[in-house]
Amino acid sequence: MKQGIFSIKENTQLTPTTWRMVLAGDTSAVTAPGQFINIRLDGHFLRRPVSVNDVKHAEPYTGEGLGTGTDEGAVTIIYKVLGQGTEEMTKMPAGTKLDVLTGLGNGYDLSDAGDRPLLIGGGVGIPPLYLAAKELLKDAKSRGTDREVTVILGFNSSDEIYYADEFEELGCRVAVATADGSVGVKGFVTDAFRALASEEGFTHFYTCGPEPMLKAVYEEVFKGAGISGQMSFEERMGCGFGACMGCSCRTVTGYKRICKDGPVLRTEEILW
Amino acid sequence: MVDTKVTLCGIELDNPVIPASGTFGYGYEFAELYDINCLGTFSFKGTTKDPRFGNETPRIAECPSGMLNSVGLQNPGVDKVISEELPKLAKVFNKPVMANVSGFSVDDYVYTTEKLAAEEQVGWLEINISCPNVHGGGMSFGTDPCMAADVVRAVRKTTDKPLIIKLSPNVTDIVSIAKACEDAGADGISLINTLMGMRLDLKKRKPILANVTGGYSGPAVFPVALRMVYQVSGAVSIPVVGMGGVSSAENVIEMMMAGATAVEIGAANLTEPFASRDIINDLPLVMEKFGITSLKEIIGAAH
Repeated sequence: MKQGIFSIKENTQLTPTTWRMVLAGDTSAVTAPGQFINIRLDGHFLRRPVSVNDVKHAEPYTGEGLGTGTDEGAVTIIYKVLGQGTEEMTKMPAGTKLDVLTGLGNGYDLSDAGDRPLLIGGGVGIPPLYLAAKELLKDAKSRGTDREVTVILGFNSSDEIYYADEFEELGCRVAVATADGSVGVKGFVTDAFRALASEEGFTHFYTCGPEPMLKAVYEEVFKGAGISGQMSFEERMGCGFGACMGCSCRTVTGYKRICKDGPVLRTEEILW
Repeated sequence: MVDTKVTLCGIELDNPVIPASGTFGYGYEFAELYDINCLGTFSFKGTTKDPRFGNETPRIAECPSGMLNSVGLQNPGVDKVISEELPKLAKVFNKPVMANVSGFSVDDYVYTTEKLAAEEQVGWLEINISCPNVHGGGMSFGTDPCMAADVVRAVRKTTDKPLIIKLSPNVTDIVSIAKACEDAGADGISLINTLMGMRLDLKKRKPILANVTGGYSGPAVFPVALRMVYQVSGAVSIPVVGMGGVSSAENVIEMMMAGATAVEIGAANLTEPFASRDIINDLPLVMEKFGITSLKEIIGAAH
């Protein structure tokens, strides 16, 4: 974990409720997709935890994996307006300085991905999967192996859709589900998964989204289809770095702190 | 050169800054960030006889200038604290540590205090009779002078090490409870634990916290804490450890002028991980600003 001052480079609206912010600063503590940062906002006591959507480490970048940058990198976050704090974030102009803790949480372990990983994201849970997809494809390319990354994105309706094009531009196969059926498969990400299930052979899955979606994915993809995966959880946090025990959960391997031992848990250790 | 040293119940501290129990784990999360030997000492996570998961989540809610928590004394139990946490702590902290003890019966307090007091690393025992987040124990001992005295008398028999009794602000008359603890053999008083509060989720029309209520801490509670430190330190002759919303070197000095011999830092550690270190670094400058050459001289200056 590192504490640093970041400068807003970009703060743009993606959908009626979702915004993207690019923050320039020392990104060296960001070492895995699925990690999060914790942002101090004036007038609010607790920091706002937001997952990392993308990171660009400072040049020259050695290519030795994440975490080798210095103080001129940039981290991208995508945030949903949920309350007063995130509402205020939407009004911050470029150049605004923010106090940020970076490199929080364990993140996804990409070493188990195999050649046909499946990424499943719902709503505001989609952003960390972008960096995961990017790293999965980069890793395959650097090793000269074939890897097909399939992404299922779930939204309530067509006006909430974001990043489907960005995943396609990376080279992912993208399936969209909307609850109202306005785009793609009508229903939830699990309905989109069933539509794909005839093409078997997914090697591992990575997911992030609201807890009811995670539970449905756990039942359908892990219990039903027998595919192991990693699931990123959300909880109200105090500190975000493992000190306060505010976000503990029970797992097969004992009590874990979502902020420090998570937010990513493996399907085999989850207790609902 | 200013002198930041103070003596708490016979043990000298390099400075009066003590991260408070429940905001500093068993030390090593923070030891990854800075050398925690700069601290006066710290009070480790509240420890009970048996392991506890604590309350269900959500356990945290934001408030104006502060937060509510209802962690509910999550800890691995005294035996694991001794066999696993203290050896890990010894690698990163070479000063006497303050052991924070909680319980659900007098026998619980006796059992846990006796075991922790026997550990060489433990300098003081902070007996928490004020946790607002557990039922059938904790705060119920700290809201009645007779019950508080029962706990103090019982744990007093287990050790000669300094016993500091941590009091709840959720009482009508904190002074009478502090006096009862002093009369029963306490070596010091620490205050305040968190103030009981609650928040609602307007969309769900329900409490945010799974436990319904939680303890309020953060800068908002500082004036309440300061007032209680002033009142208690004026009424007892044992040292008082002040805490509640302290988040700057100025706050530390204000607490000491109100009567605190040492000062605990709580919620500030959670939002500013370097808060305790930064406060220690700021202390000499702030002392000079107010013409203070030795912190010992200002204890209780406001009385």
